Amino acid sequence: MNGCLPTGESMKFIPNECLIDEMLKEIGVSTIDELFTDIPSNLKVKQIPLPKGKTQQEVEQILRRLAQKNTSFHQMPIFLGGGVQFHYIPALVSSILGRSEFFSSYTPYQAEASQGFLQAMFEYQSMIANITGMEIANASLYDGVTALGEAALMSYRITKRSTFYIPQNISWEKRSILQNYVRGQGIFIKEVPYEKKTGLVDLHFLEKHINEDTAGVYIENPNYFGIFEQEINQIQKVVSDHGSLFVVGTHPLSLGIVRSPGEYGADIVIGEGQSLGNPVDFGGSTLGIFATKQKYLRHLPGRIIGMTTDNQGKPAFCMTMQTREQHIRRGRATSNICTNEGLNALAATVYLSWLGSNGLYQVGKRNLERAYEVKERIIALSPFTSVFQGDHFNEFVVHYSGEKKHLQQILQKHGVQGGLPLEPWFPELKKCYLFCVTELHTDKDIEVLLKALKEA
Amino acid sequence: MCMYHSATFDEPLLVDLACSSEKVFKKMEKLPPSLQRKQPLKLPDLDETQLVRHFLHLSQMNFGIDSGMYPLGSCTMKYNPKLSETISGWEQFQCVHPYQEGSTIQGSLEVMYEVERWLATLTGMEQFTLQPAAGAQGEFTGLLLAKAYHEAHGDFQRKEVILPDTAHGTNPASATMAGFKLVEISSTAEGTVNIDELEKAVSENTAVFMLTNPNTLGIFESDIQQIARVVHKAGGLLYYDGANMNAIMGKTRPGDMGFDMVHVNLHKTFSTPHGGGGPGSGPVGVKQRLESFLPVPRVEEHNGEYFLSYDYEQSIGKIKSFYGNFPVILKAYVYMLLMGGDGLTRASEVAVLNANYLKHRLTQNKAYELPFRTLRKHEFVVSSQPLKAQKDIKALDIAKRLLDYGVHPPTVYFPLIVKEALMIEPTETESKASLDTYVQILHKIAEEDPDIVKAAPTTTPVHRVDEAKAAKEPILTWDMRK
Repeated sequence: MNGCLPTGESMKFIPNECLIDEMLKEIGVSTIDELFTDIPSNLKVKQIPLPKGKTQQEVEQILRRLAQKNTSFHQMPIFLGGGVQFHYIPALVSSILGRSEFFSSYTPYQAEASQGFLQAMFEYQSMIANITGMEIANASLYDGVTALGEAALMSYRITKRSTFYIPQNISWEKRSILQNYVRGQGIFIKEVPYEKKTGLVDLHFLEKHINEDTAGVYIENPNYFGIFEQEINQIQKVVSDHGSLFVVGTHPLSLGIVRSPGEYGADIVIGEGQSLGNPVDFGGSTLGIFATKQKYLRHLPGRIIGMTTDNQGKPAFCMTMQTREQHIRRGRATSNICTNEGLNALAATVYLSWLGSNGLYQVGKRNLERAYEVKERIIALSPFTSVFQGDHFNEFVVHYSGEKKHLQQILQKHGVQGGLPLEPWFPELKKCYLFCVTELHTDKDIEVLLKALKEA
Repeated sequence: MCMYHSATFDEPLLVDLACSSEKVFKKMEKLPPSLQRKQPLKLPDLDETQLVRHFLHLSQMNFGIDSGMYPLGSCTMKYNPKLSETISGWEQFQCVHPYQEGSTIQGSLEVMYEVERWLATLTGMEQFTLQPAAGAQGEFTGLLLAKAYHEAHGDFQRKEVILPDTAHGTNPASATMAGFKLVEISSTAEGTVNIDELEKAVSENTAVFMLTNPNTLGIFESDIQQIARVVHKAGGLLYYDGANMNAIMGKTRPGDMGFDMVHVNLHKTFSTPHGGGGPGSGPVGVKQRLESFLPVPRVEEHNGEYFLSYDYEQSIGKIKSFYGNFPVILKAYVYMLLMGGDGLTRASEVAVLNANYLKHRLTQNKAYELPFRTLRKHEFVVSSQPLKAQKDIKALDIAKRLLDYGVHPPTVYFPLIVKEALMIEPTETESKASLDTYVQILHKIAEEDPDIVKAAPTTTPVHRVDEAKAAKEPILTWDMRK
C-alpha cells in the first residue's frame, strides 16, 4: 500500500483506496509521489497541520454542540428584517429541494440531461415576470444587493451615461456593495434625500438634479423604512422624461397586494427573493431577482433559460443568449457571474406555485395587516411613536423616547431580538428602530415583544 | 455496470396544469387604492398532489452527481456527503438572523471562524473572507483588493491584469468589471505560462497576474516560483484562481508558491452541491500585506468568544449581503471535519491518480490525442480532432452520445487553445469501475457509425436541443409562447 490509510470516514468518499497499487501499475508508476514530481520539492508540504478525519457520528456531535450555541427564531421571537425576513416555508419546498437529482446537478450546460431543472427555471422566470409585471427575468443573481450593482452596470451599458441615483435611505451594506460594483466603470453614485416626515423620496430634489447624464434612478418600493412610495408615477415620469432607466427594488411578497413595478413603468426590477421559500440561514444563501423589458434582453446579466424544440420538434428547454456570458464573451461579457443561486430559485418556484395567485395575495395581506397591528400596539405605549407617516408593508420604524440607553439590550433581556437600531447608519434617526413583523410571528411572540417594550 | 437512464415525461408547464389562473383581488382597507395591484396575478393554483408530481417528474429528468459519473473539467463534481445536507437543515442554523445579538449566534460564528482557519492552513494564506457568493465573485473581490492595495501605495497607474490564454472565462470578465485592462499572453508549446511573454507583458502598469495552478489543461506550472519573481519584481500581485485546488490539498500551497491572493470554491473542492447552478461560495484568502483591505465584517475571536468586527478603515467595504452563503460554508465545514487534513490530502492524491489513470486508458485509443506533456494533475484535456478529421464527429457529438450511455459528458471546447477539447475531471469519489466504464464508452463511441453519434442523444427525455433556435427566437416565459 502507498502510505497509511486516512483516518475517520474519508474512506467512504474515496472508493479506490484498495486499488491504488493496481492503478499505479497500469499507469506505469510505482508510487503516488511520482504523480507529484512536477511540484518543485521546496514547495511540497510535508504534513498539513490539521486535525485528522472524524467519523460521521463524531462530526454530528461536534455540530450539535455548535448548533446549541445559536438561539433560533423558534426559541426566541426575532423582529429583525432589513434584508432578510422569517417567513413560513411549506414542507413541500424542502421535500422538492431535497431531491438530489436537482441539488447535486451542475449548471445545465447539457440541456438534454437537465430538462427538469431547465423547465423549473423557465417556470421561475415566468412567475417572476408575472408578479413583477415585467416581460422577462433571468434565472437568478447572488442576492438583491448585487442585483442592484448589476442593474446600475446595465443602465450604464444601455444609456452610456455615467451617473446613477439611489435613495439616501438604503442600507449602508447596499451602498457599499453598489460602490464596489460600479467603481471600476467610472459610474458616479448620487443620492436622493428622503422627506423627514414621510420617509419618501424627495421628488423635488430628483426633478432638480436629474439630467442628461443620468443613466438610471433606483427607487425601493417598499423602501428601507418599509414604506411604499406614494408618488411613484411622478417619479417614473421624471426618470423617463430624461431618458434614464427606472430601476425598482421590490419585495416579492408584497406583489400580491400592491401594484407591480411593471404597472408603473419600471425598466429593471430587482429584489431579494429569500422570502420566497428560502430560510433566513444567517443571511444567506440569498436569491437575486432580476427582471426587465424584452428590448434589453441582450444587456441582461446572468443565465437565461429559453424554450425551444429538439431536432424532432418536441418542446425542450436550454440556456440561451449565452453569447452575453463570460464563458463565451470573456472580457466583454455583460457580467462575470457564472455560479448563481439556482437552488434558491427552485425554492422560489416551488413556493410561488404552492401559494398560487390567491396565496400570494393572502400572505401579502397577512404580513401588512400583522405589521400594522403590532405597530399600532407599540405606539400605544407611551415612550413609542411612529416615525414616518407613509403606508408601509411588513417593516416599520418607531422612535423610543424613554430613558434607557439601549432599547435592544432591554429587549434581549426579555428574550426578544429586534428592532434594528437605525442610528448607526442614519445619525438623524436617533433612537429609531426598524421592526419586522411577518405571518410567522405568533400571538405569543407579539405578547412577549409588547411585554418587553412596556418595561422599556 | 448498471447505468443511469432518465425517465421521460411530457411534463406540462405549471401554467398548463392549472385550470384557471388569472386573478384580481378585492382591495384592502389598509392601503390607498392607488397603491394596490390592478394587473391580474397569473400564478397557477394547484393542489399539493399535482405539485409534488410535477416537480418529482422534473427531478427525474435531471442528471446529478448522485445519478452517475459527472466528470466536468474545472467543475470538480465530487460526491456531496449526505451528513452536510442533514446538518445544514437544522433549525438552529437555518432560523438565525444575521443581525441577532452576538451571544445568540456563537455557533454560526465559530463555524465561519474555523472554516477560515482551515482554508488559511490549506492555502498558505494569512486571512480569509467568506463573503463572496461564488468563484467569480471571489475573483472580483480579489481584484478590488489589489486595486485598493496599489492605490494605497500611490500606484494609481497599475490598471492592467495579465492572464494566460488558458484562463477561465470568469477571469477576464471579473477583471473588466473591476475596471482593469486585459493583457493576454499565449502559452508555451508545453501548455504552460510563457515566461518570456510574461516578462514582456509586465510593467509599472501591472496590477495583477491571474493564474490557475494546475492550469486548465491539468498541467502544474512547475516554474511558478520564477513566475512569482517576475510578477513581484514588476510590483504586481499574483492571484490564484482556486478552481483547480482539488489537485493540491496537502501537497503544496498557493501561499508557498508566491501567490498573494487566492479564492477557493467551496462548491467544488469542499464538496458542497452545485444546486443546479448555485448557491456557491468563493472565499478569498490573502497574505498579510493585503489583510487590511478585506471586506467587513471580519469574524474574530477573543477568549473563546466570537464576534463580527467592522473596525477596518482601509477595508473595501462589502461585496455581498451579510456574511456570505452560510449554508454552503457550513456544509464545507462538515466535509472538512469528516475528511481531516489527512483525508483531504488523500482526496487530492486519488483525484490526481484517477485523472492520470483515466487519461492513460483513454488515450490508448488513437481517437483521443493528448496535447502537451503527459503528467497531469486532477484533470486533463484530450482532443478528439482525429475523429473529426476521419469521421466528422465533433466533440459536441461525443458529449451528446455519452448521454445515451447514462454518463455526463466532460466540459467541451475549453480551454480554447485545444481543438475539439474534452476536458475531463473525474475526482477522487469515482471508483475504478466507473472510470473503466467511462473509458469503454468513449472507446466504443470512437468506433461507432458516425450517423448514430451525430444523431445522439436519443435516449434522453428530449433529443438534441436546438440551441440556435432558442437564441434566434427567444421564448423566455410561458406568456411569450405563440
